[in-house]
Amino acid sequence: MLEVVVTENLIDAAAAMSPQARFLGGGTLVMRQVNYGDQRFHRIVRCRERLDGVRVEGGRCVIGSGVTMAAIMAARELAFLAPAARAVGGPAVRNMATVGGNLMAPHPYGDLAVALLALDGQVSMADDTVMPLDQYLATRHGLVRSVSIRRPAGDEFRFRKVSRVKPKGVSVMSMAAHLGRNSGRLSDVSVAYGAMADTPVRVTAVERALEGASLDLAGITPALNVATEGLSPPDDALASSWYRREVAPVHLRRLLIGEDRR
Amino acid sequence: MKTPVTFTLNGSEAAAFADPGQNLLDLLRRGLGDLSPKYGCGQGTCGTCTVLIDGEPHLSCLVLAEAAQDRRIETAGGLADGPDLHPLQTAFVEGFAAQCGYCTPGMLLAAKALLDRNPTPTRDEVIEAISGNLCRCTGYEPIIEAILTASRAPNRAPNRAPGRTNGRAG
Repeated sequence: MLEVVVTENLIDAAAAMSPQARFLGGGTLVMRQVNYGDQRFHRIVRCRERLDGVRVEGGRCVIGSGVTMAAIMAARELAFLAPAARAVGGPAVRNMATVGGNLMAPHPYGDLAVALLALDGQVSMADDTVMPLDQYLATRHGLVRSVSIRRPAGDEFRFRKVSRVKPKGVSVMSMAAHLGRNSGRLSDVSVAYGAMADTPVRVTAVERALEGASLDLAGITPALNVATEGLSPPDDALASSWYRREVAPVHLRRLLIGEDRR
Repeated sequence: MKTPVTFTLNGSEAAAFADPGQNLLDLLRRGLGDLSPKYGCGQGTCGTCTVLIDGEPHLSCLVLAEAAQDRRIETAGGLADGPDLHPLQTAFVEGFAAQCGYCTPGMLLAAKALLDRNPTPTRDEVIEAISGNLCRCTGYEPIIEAILTASRAPNRAPNRAPGRTNGRAG
C-alpha cells in the first residue's frame, strides 16, 4: 500500500527517505512509476519547503532543485541555459519537470544535467554539504537542495541535443561544452555527454585534447579523434552503441565549431 | 488513507478525497466526473491528459492529486459556455482538426494556454505549443491551422473567465 508523507522542509524529507521511498518533485519521473504499478517503493515523500529560487553569486548561479524547465527559460540570469531547458519535453513537461528531477532522470533522459555538468555543477544536499555533480550522479543518493553552476561569458557555453524526432524526441545523445579562452586559445574546457553512458558524463579525453587548442577544425581534430575514448555507449531502441560511437565526433565537431547551432 | 482535496475546477469549487498515489487525471474523471481529460500513455508522452493548472499546461496523469490543493484547474470540459463552443473548439470542428478526437482535449488546452499568453502566435509558436501532444489520426496540419484560425477569430476573448464545467465536453 502506497503512502504519501508530506514534510515541512527538505531535511525532514531526507529523513523520511529509504530505499523503498521516492521523493516527489515535479512528478514526471515518480508518477509514471506509480501509474505503472512500480512495486519497488511504497512511500512518496513530498516537501512544502520551496526550492525554486535562482540567485547569482559572483561568477556562479545557484538554482534550486525545484526550479522547473519553464522557470529556467523565463529567468533572465539563466538565458545561457535556456536551450538546454527547452530541449526537455513539451511545454507541459517543462512546467512540471524540475532541476532536481533531471539529475535523477535515467538514460536517455537528463539533458539538462549534461549542461549543468559542463558548467562545473556543484550540488548542495539537504544538509548543505556540497559535492561535485559528477560525484553525485555516480550514486544519485540523497536529496539535492540546489545546484551551483558557473556563469559562462559570451559564447563560452554550447549545448546540442541530437534526436531523431522533430521538434521533440528523446536524445540519441546530448552534448554540452564550456569553452573558456585565454589569449585566443581554449582554456578551462569542460565537455559533457548525455545518453552515452548510464548517466551524463564528463569527457576528460576530449577536454585534455582541447586545452590550449585553437577553436577551428584543425585545432579540434585531436579532440574529435578521442571523442568516445573511455566510453561504452549503451544500446537502446533509439540507437546502437556502434552508431553512437560513429556519430559522436560529427556532433562534437558541430557543437564546438558552432555548425548548425540550435 | 484518503486525503481531502479542494481546488477550483473550471471556475467552480470542487472537493474530493484522493487515494494515496492517485493522480489528478483519475481524480477528475472518477472522483468528479469530468471525462474531458483522457488517459493515454500514463507517462507524460502523449499529452491527451493535459489540463491547465493556474493557467499553464500540465499533464494531469503525472500530477499527484493531493498536490492540486488550492490550485485553479481548467479542463476541456469547461471551454464551452453552455451551447456556445469556445472559438478553438469551433475552429477544430470547422477545420476538421479532429478524427478520433482522443488527442483533442489536450490539443485544445495546449492551444488555449498559448493564445491566453500570446493572442497572435506564429505558426512556429503554435507548433512549439503542441509539441508535447501526439495525434495519430489527422496529422498535425489541420490542428495547426485550426489554432491559427482561432487566433484570428474576431470574437475570441483571450483570458476570459473559465465557465462552469459540464464534465462531458471535449
